[in-house]
Amino acid sequence: MAEYALELSNLSRHFYLKNGAFKEPTLLKAVDGISLRIRPGETLGLVGESGCGKSTLAKMILGLLEPTDGDVLINDKMRGASSRLSMSRQLQPIFQDPYSSLNPRKTIEQIIRLPLQLHKIGDAKSQQKAVQDISDLVGLPERLLKNYPGQLSGGQRQRVAIARALILKPNILVCDEPTSALDVSVQAQILNLLMDLKKELGLTYLFISHNLGVVEHLVDRVAVMYRGKIVEQGTREEIFQNAQHPYTQALLSSVLTPEPALGLPEVLDSSAWDRAS
Amino acid sequence: MSDSTSTVSTAASASTFLPEVPEWRRMMNRFLGHRGLLMGSIILGLIVVLAILAPWLAPHDPYLQNISQRMIPPVWHEKGSWEHVFGTDKLGRDYLSRLLYGARISLTIGLSAALISGLIGTTLGVLAGYFGGRVDAVISYIITTRLAMPVVLVALAMSALVGGSLQMVIILLGLLLWDRFAVVARSTTQQLRDAEFIASAKVLGASTTYILVRELLPNILSALIVVMTLEMAHAILLEATLSFLGLGVQPPMPSWGLMISEGKAYMFFKTWVIAIPGIALMVLVLAINLVGDGLRDMNAPEGRN
Repeated sequence: MAEYALELSNLSRHFYLKNGAFKEPTLLKAVDGISLRIRPGETLGLVGESGCGKSTLAKMILGLLEPTDGDVLINDKMRGASSRLSMSRQLQPIFQDPYSSLNPRKTIEQIIRLPLQLHKIGDAKSQQKAVQDISDLVGLPERLLKNYPGQLSGGQRQRVAIARALILKPNILVCDEPTSALDVSVQAQILNLLMDLKKELGLTYLFISHNLGVVEHLVDRVAVMYRGKIVEQGTREEIFQNAQHPYTQALLSSVLTPEPALGLPEVLDSSAWDRAS
Repeated sequence: MSDSTSTVSTAASASTFLPEVPEWRRMMNRFLGHRGLLMGSIILGLIVVLAILAPWLAPHDPYLQNISQRMIPPVWHEKGSWEHVFGTDKLGRDYLSRLLYGARISLTIGLSAALISGLIGTTLGVLAGYFGGRVDAVISYIITTRLAMPVVLVALAMSALVGGSLQMVIILLGLLLWDRFAVVARSTTQQLRDAEFIASAKVLGASTTYILVRELLPNILSALIVVMTLEMAHAILLEATLSFLGLGVQPPMPSWGLMISEGKAYMFFKTWVIAIPGIALMVLVLAINLVGDGLRDMNAPEGRN
């Protein structure tokens, strides 16, 4: 067993933004020297505002984007050292938008089966069986397997995406805002499903979200990202009860609570965040 | 509260009944509900059947000349006879038989040219749209170069150089009519390139060929089929134009454009000589365009019913 399921060391990704033909391009450090370690079986929540580099980080972990600098280690093996095919057996994504993550021209069965076909696992019959088993596991009714994604609800679609991610039995799931495109009522179902699957299969999660309420519900540890850097990380209790960094405090105070006395969140001076980091 | 949960559950169970209607059944209903598409397909289907069955349906040999039977008017004229329903041409060949065999030529050229140009255009467009960057720059340049060439002029020059024949016309039009395929394939691919299902296939380790052919292509195919019908109509008209100008299909083959060309000396006195192949051409192109429009409506998400 590897010591860390997922380890990022000094991971960076820089973009050059063009400013027209004759001007110098601006350097954007989308992800700037991030180091993170996730132990097997642990759930790490990565929180931060839109545009802070969360999704760029996820893309690099998934191998969809080359890092400018730094390494991604999956179960102690360097990403890039082995093929995409073998990496995909260890780490799978769950994307944000279940409306764009399923090919609209394929049936649900074809979608869930695709990983097995690409990896040439089993014959037609055993693949079909595996699809049925995994559908049961994620709570997807079997009669939907012959349907197309367009005929399913958002929650059902996200279950399909989870089934597809799990059919290769990876030990790490990278969830990039897996519930933000769903109804509030469905969000809870999907989150509970993810929690149940974690217990049942011993999965490791990197859970990316801007929704602190969701993160508090799910994770063991939290890392707070701001402008491409991790500004604070700690256990759930440390972050939610005793945040040190002013950005984390601002983020926490911006969560709307149902208690009327608290009112609207205060707008804090953002220059303090930069000074602190 | 309990009220709202019960409505939610009934809505959920109602929606589960919806997919019970099979996919082909719903497509069939939409097909029958679209008048233009229905009409276009019936006419086009009829022309295709007539063209295929031409050797059995044609009352005479389309190449058989009979100088004593020249320029017999069609049956609705007072001098017409049932022996030659659409009359005969200046060499005494049966016009109906020539028209039936001509449909074969028009359809063959339209379909083959559209397939060749579809293959070229789709390949270029998908590659440009998917890879972007330099690949896109080069392919866009090729598309622009192609768009800057006037099709009829190039086709005329080429067929004058190489000489007209059925195969020549097919190859020529196939190499000239791919621009719209490329433009449509490129823009639809660009829209889908960053879709998460493509990213998901990449993460799974699918090859680029698999992603392009199996994940992407089925999603842009409906747009390409619409372009295909348009280009088929385009190719049929261009063939008629080239044949009319004497640089396409060569006599004595019964091309509709050639029939109009051969009849143009008589058109003021015997209008039917050009009217019959002209109307046939118009009906065929109209039917193909109706089918194309209908297919586009069927595939448009807002047109779903």
